[in-house]
Amino acid sequence: MTVGGWRAASVVEVADVTPSARVLRVMVPGWPGSDAGQHVDVRLTAEDGYQAVRSYSMGSYGATETIELAVDEIPDGEVSPYLVRDVLPGDELEVKGPLGGYFVWRTGGAEPVQLIAGGSGIVPLVAIARAARDAGAAASVRLLYSVRTREDAIYRDELDRGVGDGGVAVTWRYTRVAPVGWQGGVGRIDADVLRDAVWAPERRPVVYVCGPTGFVEHVSDALVELGHAPERIKTERFGGA
Amino acid sequence: MRAENATSTVDGNAAAGMLWDVFGTDVTALVGVCGGCGAAAPFAETIVELDEAAAIVRCRSCTHTLFTVLREDHGTRLMMGVLHEIVRE
Repeated sequence: MTVGGWRAASVVEVADVTPSARVLRVMVPGWPGSDAGQHVDVRLTAEDGYQAVRSYSMGSYGATETIELAVDEIPDGEVSPYLVRDVLPGDELEVKGPLGGYFVWRTGGAEPVQLIAGGSGIVPLVAIARAARDAGAAASVRLLYSVRTREDAIYRDELDRGVGDGGVAVTWRYTRVAPVGWQGGVGRIDADVLRDAVWAPERRPVVYVCGPTGFVEHVSDALVELGHAPERIKTERFGGA
Repeated sequence: MRAENATSTVDGNAAAGMLWDVFGTDVTALVGVCGGCGAAAPFAETIVELDEAAAIVRCRSCTHTLFTVLREDHGTRLMMGVLHEIVRE
């Protein structure tokens, strides 16, 4: 479901989850619920009336009045430093949504699902992973998560519990520094990583790729080269390198 | 989510809110056919240059401008470019 118009909302909880990212729980009275993978537009109004609008993916889904946003700070940004460093429980903002009818996952599909996240692109994919776990469909869903270092991984503890907790299986890829004892390689995702961590093209998975524009282009091109059908690769890009 | 430079290059997913203001519904899953090159793709897959006032929506295949959305004081305006067809599959 998608609904237009701005809704008054208030921050109810903040948690620092990486050196640059924070999870915000936001109460939105009258919120109609959302599908896994959707986002919201957030509008902030300064005392002088100046307004700024940004889009943030939800880690939450379903029928709830408290939605969860995970925000990664862009140091020179206008909005994210406020949301990551300054905002406090009780602060008010406006929310429009849920938005997006394309990059969403719903129960009932017969095909396997592959999730591929770069950096803070993990947020909508966590919503999908949670929805799949709650629907008992986690066995047909895999997640490949590319992140600079362990410390930069939003939702790392939840994802580590993964399969043992009835959740989706996670393959980690570190691009800068791996944790002590790491047996795998370090660097950007390449064809070998995709062959190992992604459902084979013959199984006709639906693939969701989310991250910075360069990451999404690189991964989706490599998937097509491996034989994945372009129309089965859904993408969401949020700028950056 | 998007970067916060003066203009950020994202994709059609991030324009869902502005497009909602024009159409009154979500259109990111609809397929647009480019009049420049004939490519057909969901609006979510377009190239979008976004800032506070506007979204320039371009074809990912040939980069021609499909349409532009302007956020104005009293509403939202969509100006057609080379977008040729809209299809609900």
